[in-house]
Amino acid sequence: MNAVEVNELVKKYGEFEAVKGVSFNVNEGEIFGLIGPNGAGKTTILRIIATLLQITEGSVRVFDYDVEKEADEVRKLISYLPEDAGAYRNLTGREYLSFIATFFGGKKEMVERGIEIANLGKRIDDKIDTYSKGMIRRLLVARALMNKPKLSILDEPTSGLDVINAQEVRKIIQRTVKEGTTVLLSSHNMLEVEFLCHRIALINEGRIVEEGSPEELKEKHDAKNVEEVFLKVMK
Amino acid sequence: MSMMALIKKEVKELLTPATILPIIAMTLLFGMLGNAIGGAVKEAREKPSIGVVNVDDGKFSDIIKEECNKMARVIYNGSSKEDIEEGLNILKNKGSALIFIPANFSEEIYKGREGKIYIYWIMRGAGIMDSIPFGAIESILTLIEREISTILVEEKGVNASALSPLNRSETTILKGIEMQGVSPGIISNMISSQSTTVPIIMMIIIIMAGGMVISSMGMEKENKTLETLLTLPIKRRSIVIGKIVGSAIVGLLMAVIYMIGFSYYIQSFQQTLPLNLADYGLSLSFLDYILIGLSVFLALTAALSLCMVLGTFAKNYKSAQTLTLPVSLLALLPMFMIMFKDFDTLPLALKIILFAIPFSHPMMAMRSLIFKDYALVIGGIAYVTVFAFAFIALAVYIFNTDKLLTGRIKRGK
Repeated sequence: MNAVEVNELVKKYGEFEAVKGVSFNVNEGEIFGLIGPNGAGKTTILRIIATLLQITEGSVRVFDYDVEKEADEVRKLISYLPEDAGAYRNLTGREYLSFIATFFGGKKEMVERGIEIANLGKRIDDKIDTYSKGMIRRLLVARALMNKPKLSILDEPTSGLDVINAQEVRKIIQRTVKEGTTVLLSSHNMLEVEFLCHRIALINEGRIVEEGSPEELKEKHDAKNVEEVFLKVMK
Repeated sequence: MSMMALIKKEVKELLTPATILPIIAMTLLFGMLGNAIGGAVKEAREKPSIGVVNVDDGKFSDIIKEECNKMARVIYNGSSKEDIEEGLNILKNKGSALIFIPANFSEEIYKGREGKIYIYWIMRGAGIMDSIPFGAIESILTLIEREISTILVEEKGVNASALSPLNRSETTILKGIEMQGVSPGIISNMISSQSTTVPIIMMIIIIMAGGMVISSMGMEKENKTLETLLTLPIKRRSIVIGKIVGSAIVGLLMAVIYMIGFSYYIQSFQQTLPLNLADYGLSLSFLDYILIGLSVFLALTAALSLCMVLGTFAKNYKSAQTLTLPVSLLALLPMFMIMFKDFDTLPLALKIILFAIPFSHPMMAMRSLIFKDYALVIGGIAYVTVFAFAFIALAVYIFNTDKLLTGRIKRGK
């Protein structure tokens, strides 16, 4: 079964067409990356899959559930990490993870796993208001992965993190996939995409312009890395 | 379980030192004001302290001295013009006036001329409360004048009743109820004093709790937490209800803190009531109190659901503060209208406006129930119920659309 099936997806904001008939599938157990310049429509697609935005045309299914008609079922299977997400500033890190865990059964192990992923040490019991941007991002990644969702939708997961923390988060994502989670992510970081993703789709102006594994695409475009592929395709 | 977690989170997010400290400061301010006013009112009930310097040896100056001793606290007595300075010196810290009765005061009156007396008012402040003792002294002087007039008239063989030839026997008829021996002014004052507390409490609760709901939405957007919340496996209506209940708890808590100070302030103005309205059948039964409670609860629910819809327009915490303005106006308008006029005596257009504002109904309920006007109260409860459910449904609908994230409700299809 496909984790995600996107068919002829169109999304309009008034007259502006942000997504223009996009189709792709994400296989269960893989890391699939959406890559494209700013304004290409990546976040819109992720938000639709995460049940946040409504579809103008086409269809999107997550583990065979329709994201519009069966949104409640979809939400039980996914976790979504927005690019510029924040957390409740008057809660401590632990309280925030416990709050989120409540919606997924509230198991203590889930919170402990979140604390382990966040790796904030004693600061986990401090108010989020006192956290740095990097600490908040780690907490949010932990929140998105602690419940071992069937599909994790990560919009720029390492945004705002330094090199060491970003590396740590990538390892966590890989580990989570080994534990059975499918990951759909977007990123500007081509090295990250090449390192993490089994398959990628290049998006430009609301359309998928290239799709395949990093190796296939490098071979097809005679490029040394995904960045070169990206530059050649965007030309 | 999830709902409880949402409510708990709302309370924790909203109940911060930054939100609660201004309310506590306001409460303390009202408490201090109440204390000050209470002290001044107590002082007003006490006899004013005065001094009397009497150089006249006639009958009328004796009357003045007698009345002053009876109705005021005379803390200085003088018998020569030179004593004025000494008297003023003694009175300057604890007295309110010094009355000087010159020689020939009584004789001048007997000669048919005005008897002149000199009053030295001692003001220690220009506030309203500072002038209370002067009112009491004015009353004493009016009484003295009347007593002297009575003596003069009677000495000339005229019956003193000529000075006050009318003997009024008053009966006020209000909404079919006859009240003997009571003027409209007294009834109006008493009913107002009993039925204005609910509008003020209601207005404060709506502004506080409503502001909390709108702020909660503004904070979700400003802190970028809304998207995560909307992708959690919980029904959108549960999110709406969780936010309403959480904000209501914080709003009510703040309103209670505020009202403690405010009630202390209001109590400082309350005076002994001149009659018992229950003697005229104008009292509330247990059922009436239940209806008032129900009306308050439903109006609060309506206010919070309206605020929830308004909150969806908030872009951040700052814009949320601006959005509380229409709710505050809707809470203030009926409060002032009800203070000045009864619903029944308003022009039709204003009646419609007042009825349409859901917060009006608990404000009007107490006065309506005193006069057993159940139709208006029950009609209001029905209307506010429909209003509250309509706005909760609208909020849930908006939560199910793109509106919260994109600012658009209409679908592109």
